[in-house]
Amino acid sequence: MRSARGLVGVLLLAGLTVATAATGAETVFLSSQLRPIEEAEKVRQVLLRDAPVEANFITDEPPMVVNRMLAEARAGDVSVGLIGALHGELQPLVEADVLQPVDDLMARLQDRDFVESFVELAKYGGDTQYFIPWMQATYIMAAHRQALEYLPEGADLNALTYDQLRQWGANIQQATGDRRLGFPAGPQGLMHRFFQGYLYPSFTGGVVTRFRSDDAVAMWEAFADIWEVTNPRSTSYAFMQEPLLAGEVWVAFDHTARLMDAFRQRPDDFVAFPAPAGPQGRGFMPVLAGLAIPAGSPDPDAAAQLIDYLTRPEVQVNLLREVAFYPVVDTELPTDLPQGIQIAGEAIAAQTAAPDALPSLLPVGLGEREGEFSKLFTDTFQLIVLRGADVRETLDRQVEVLRRLIEETGAPCWPPDQPSDGACPVD
Amino acid sequence: MPKERLLAYLLLAPSVLFLLVFFAWPFAEAFIVALQVRGEWSLGNFATMARDINFAPALRNTMLLILVIVPLQVMLALSMAMLLTRIRRQRDLVLYIWTIPLGISDLAAGIVWLALLSEQGYINTVLDALGLIEGPTLWLSYERPVALFVAVVAAELWRATAIVLVILVAGVQLIPREYGEAAEVFGAGAWQRFRRITLPLLKPSLQSALILRTILALEVFAVVVAISGRDLTVLMGEAYFWQNDYRDAGVASAYAVLILGISIACTLFFLRALRVREETEMR
Repeated sequence: MRSARGLVGVLLLAGLTVATAATGAETVFLSSQLRPIEEAEKVRQVLLRDAPVEANFITDEPPMVVNRMLAEARAGDVSVGLIGALHGELQPLVEADVLQPVDDLMARLQDRDFVESFVELAKYGGDTQYFIPWMQATYIMAAHRQALEYLPEGADLNALTYDQLRQWGANIQQATGDRRLGFPAGPQGLMHRFFQGYLYPSFTGGVVTRFRSDDAVAMWEAFADIWEVTNPRSTSYAFMQEPLLAGEVWVAFDHTARLMDAFRQRPDDFVAFPAPAGPQGRGFMPVLAGLAIPAGSPDPDAAAQLIDYLTRPEVQVNLLREVAFYPVVDTELPTDLPQGIQIAGEAIAAQTAAPDALPSLLPVGLGEREGEFSKLFTDTFQLIVLRGADVRETLDRQVEVLRRLIEETGAPCWPPDQPSDGACPVD
Repeated sequence: MPKERLLAYLLLAPSVLFLLVFFAWPFAEAFIVALQVRGEWSLGNFATMARDINFAPALRNTMLLILVIVPLQVMLALSMAMLLTRIRRQRDLVLYIWTIPLGISDLAAGIVWLALLSEQGYINTVLDALGLIEGPTLWLSYERPVALFVAVVAAELWRATAIVLVILVAGVQLIPREYGEAAEVFGAGAWQRFRRITLPLLKPSLQSALILRTILALEVFAVVVAISGRDLTVLMGEAYFWQNDYRDAGVASAYAVLILGISIACTLFFLRALRVREETEMR
């Protein structure tokens, strides 16, 4: 009995020692992304296998990552060496001043050719670099090849405007009798992201500040015209790959992951291309993930080496191949990628590198009330486009909802709105 | 005597406990959540609900659905029940077939009807093949609210008439044959017998069926969402979207409380309107 207990004690002690040794040697890489078990395993087994330092890749829900970093900073006992999270998730950490600036590292990584707009986003409107871009996903357009012959004259698929998109839809309708543009405006669709990240920035150059501007009135009128040539089933679409594959829709907007099946199953039938541009530019919503080093990190040098490694072009391409997140550095995509990834990848690259590109971020700082923010846009869409309400009156009424939401949450502006002190102003 | 009474309470206890835990407590909880905005007592959730752009359409659609579906279902079920009394052989088989939809979840039923009615659906294919329409027609879209409404009514009729039927069949079986035979002897026709004997004696069953169906119709949700998405919005759907998409349990609970209120009002109405008089009660 006595000896058994002693043995257990020895084993426990030994275990503890091993555990301490392990955490001492490895850099803890905490990520809010790539949480699904297969993706996390790919990161561990494939992507980090050749890393210069040993990394322990662990994942957690986004709020938990933020809470843990805030708690570690407050306790003065930081165990995480490297954080991987979305731009919006890192913002509270920037505000709480618990991230170590990475300007020096950025200077050393000049040869990586990061997408310039992403580098800017990582400064949160200031001069200090808070994270290094890691990977991206986004929303793009897809079209059936049959639709291409109806492109308006002089239109370039990679530099389309919203006016040309409307003309394109009208041409298709005239030729086939059917409305074949499509949007994911169903209950499970991501239509609100189209308004927040694509339409509003392209026409008004903002999202919150210019919600009820004259540009916004012109925008809703233009979109109502586009809707005239849009398949009316759009109000029930969720994943646009389905109506595309079924042939109900020929030209569609959606998240890359929700178009991927079309590119994968029938790569010869579908093309991908950047979202259209409006008077203020080509608004698009990158879902940008970055790598940040917490202040007081146990081994900042190891973290820096990991960042150096993870942003190498060949590792970025590997990441794309394994988990279908796209590179944030300018790099030639190899030709042996799975075809679906290849098709969408070219469109993403063209969208990001477009001369009039206007990246617009996911809402930041609204917390649990983000759902209400999205509802604001889908409601406005319903009123104006589906129910034919007066645009000016509707915007004047809806802006009050927006004002209340922004004031109650105190959310500061996020790009493309100009940075603000305190709650984002609503004109 | 007291011993017997104790036993009665003991036997009642499990169901009372069940009702308290699974009905009374969630009721109370729904009221509390609906009447609080960020921890303070207020009617704000109800105000938000009433101001919402989808509130009026949802209320109108739900009421219209009840007004159309419930009478249709009762009439249909009544004729089916009468038909059953006339069938001599394989009666049970017919009843089983008619009640099959009862075993199908409402979401599945909605999807079945969507598959029938969609642009590429079976009905379109058949009509097209028969040359009755020119190419596939899009019926289910926000541009055709009447077609959407009719589709939902059709799906609900198919899905939920059986529950009314089962209640009415049970009621019809309770009516003693002698009454009908006596009336026949005195020369009453089929319609007269139905009108004067069956219908009055069926009143208690009709009452239960109406109350049950109306409450269920107030909660109609999955069928509507499957067929129309959000193009035809109903109260229960709005409650779901507020809870699930907008993450506002307060407004969702306000909808739940409203649905509860309307349910109670309808129940009281039917209890009064179809009051069963002592002399028609069967013992």
